Amino acid sequence: MKVVLQNLTKRFPNRNKKLDDVIAVNNFNFEIPDGKLIGLLGPSGCGKSTTLNLICGLEMPTSGKIFFGEDDVTDLPPENRGVGLVFQNYALYPHMTVRQNIMFPLQNLKGKDKLSKAEMLTRAEEAAKLVQIDQLMDRKPAEMSGGQQQRVAIARALVKMPRVLLLDEPLSNLDARLRLQTREEIRRIQRNTGITTIFVTHDQEEAMSISDLIVVMKDGIIQQIDQPQKVYDDPKNLFVAKFLGTPPINVFKGKVAAGKLYLGEDAVLQVRGVSDQELWVGIRPEGFVPQQAGPLRCSLKAVEVMGRDTSVVLGNETAVSDPLRAIISSEYQVAPGTGEIRFALKPNKVFLFDLKTEERIPFQAE
Amino acid sequence: MENRNAKAWLYLLPALLFLGVFMIYPLVDVVVYSLEENYESVREVYTGVGLANFSHVLRDPYFLQAVKNTFLLVVITVPLSTGLALLISLGLSSIQPLRKLYQTVYFLPYVTNTLAVGLVFMLMFQYNDSQVGLFNLLIRAFGGTPVDFIDGPYWAKMTVTCLYTVWVVMPFKILILTSALASVPQSYYNAAKIDGTSKWRTFTRITLPMISPMIFYLIITGFIGAFKAYSDEVALFGVNLNEAGMNTIVGYVYDMLYSNGGSYPSYASAAALILFAIVLTITVINLMVSRKTVHY
Repeated sequence: MKVVLQNLTKRFPNRNKKLDDVIAVNNFNFEIPDGKLIGLLGPSGCGKSTTLNLICGLEMPTSGKIFFGEDDVTDLPPENRGVGLVFQNYALYPHMTVRQNIMFPLQNLKGKDKLSKAEMLTRAEEAAKLVQIDQLMDRKPAEMSGGQQQRVAIARALVKMPRVLLLDEPLSNLDARLRLQTREEIRRIQRNTGITTIFVTHDQEEAMSISDLIVVMKDGIIQQIDQPQKVYDDPKNLFVAKFLGTPPINVFKGKVAAGKLYLGEDAVLQVRGVSDQELWVGIRPEGFVPQQAGPLRCSLKAVEVMGRDTSVVLGNETAVSDPLRAIISSEYQVAPGTGEIRFALKPNKVFLFDLKTEERIPFQAE
Repeated sequence: MENRNAKAWLYLLPALLFLGVFMIYPLVDVVVYSLEENYESVREVYTGVGLANFSHVLRDPYFLQAVKNTFLLVVITVPLSTGLALLISLGLSSIQPLRKLYQTVYFLPYVTNTLAVGLVFMLMFQYNDSQVGLFNLLIRAFGGTPVDFIDGPYWAKMTVTCLYTVWVVMPFKILILTSALASVPQSYYNAAKIDGTSKWRTFTRITLPMISPMIFYLIITGFIGAFKAYSDEVALFGVNLNEAGMNTIVGYVYDMLYSNGGSYPSYASAAALILFAIVLTITVINLMVSRKTVHY
């Protein structure tokens, strides 16, 4: 089931009535293709949870429309939309067993959808098998680990065969190891069921690793929608570039003169097609190549060996972000200690942004 | 090790002394009194040891009347006040405007003096030559025959006692239940909403189980409180409750000790122990039921 958001806007009245409304979601237009896994990504307060609540119907939009396939669901109450929602804290009913929790949505069905007791049990069993908790059917939520509770919550959302599955910060309550495991699990379940799935996260790594598409948001405005790798390789603006990637992108204040990019005194790169101006320069940590006579001079502050790669902490007076960090392949020997180190830059890891609008300025390298 | 034990006892001493003097000694004393037959408080002599006091109390028509009154009060007011409090709390938690005001209004009886409230109730329900209470004015306005609820037939007096008790105990229950309702996480309701759960089912399957520990707490304390009723009756009917036929078990104990100049500590002790046995039994039953139905 594809999901289409059309001019979707949600305003909340400000608690201080003299101030303007808070626009949590500002004129969203996008289409989520059928059967894909979409990550809504942004810092807290960017409106991603509100977007999710609008899609599932817990919030009503101020204006705009939501379509599931061809159906306009904007005015439908949540129960008639056919959505499954997994809450951040799972919201499993503590007084019911796993089986009762999973069966709960089925027991609500009325009229022609009504199921017999046996059918309900089978459906619950199937959903539990899908998330691999069929051994734990008689436990209470309090007797399970966070990861298991998460699976129960997913099973409960899936059991009524929703058209769209929504996950609100699905991994934020899990520890690091479980998080890795569970995100693979979510991917697997989504592939197996083929249900269009939208999940919300503030963790870019999480979004990048399992989504087919990511939607990067800031202050209620969509910044960029694309495949994770494309967003990483081709960020539309400084915010997106800064938000994606670990370690984060290094930002410098530089200038372009006569087709050359200057960081301080160093002409570091040929950039054709850019008019002379001051601008923000973003360089991904993996964009640094140590070179004897490289054009970019930095001071070496620390070397952190991580096995496969080496992480180098640098200093440069034009840098805005602190610390500067380069990831270089361990085949380059960097002597620990301090002193000057010189780099050449990989052109496709360097992005230029307008000083005011922070929009990306494209350039051609040689 | 010895030394540390001695220290521990030393630290416990103040509390133990206090408990011993004000709790354990009186408790033991009550049992002793209840077993001393034909005890005379002036000369402090008795003729024998046995259960005669109990059999006297259990055959005393005043005591039987008090037991009947107390049981009626308990059976009527505890479910009624808890149920009403639940309804009102549900209402309170589903309205936004004026909520604070309503909460204050509902809490007022709790901070009002019992005797003052009793007096107001008396005035409202009275019907005699000098005084026609508000309630009877209403009855008359609707064409009914006025009844003196304060000095009239038994059922009328019982009705006003129950009304009064419910009115007095409800604020605390409302307070507890509104906070219990507020502590149920919103996400459960959101989850239920998305699954298309009807209002009634949400209430019975989610809200009720979530607040059930609090409900049981209120029922148990309600039972205990109602069994100990006395001051409410005094406020409504005056000190001579036996004459009014509205005595309670605690009232009977008090009468045996202090009223009519005569003091019968043995009968009072026996009655107090009977009350204790009743309350203990009911509380144990309550706890057993709650263990079966409260889920977490």
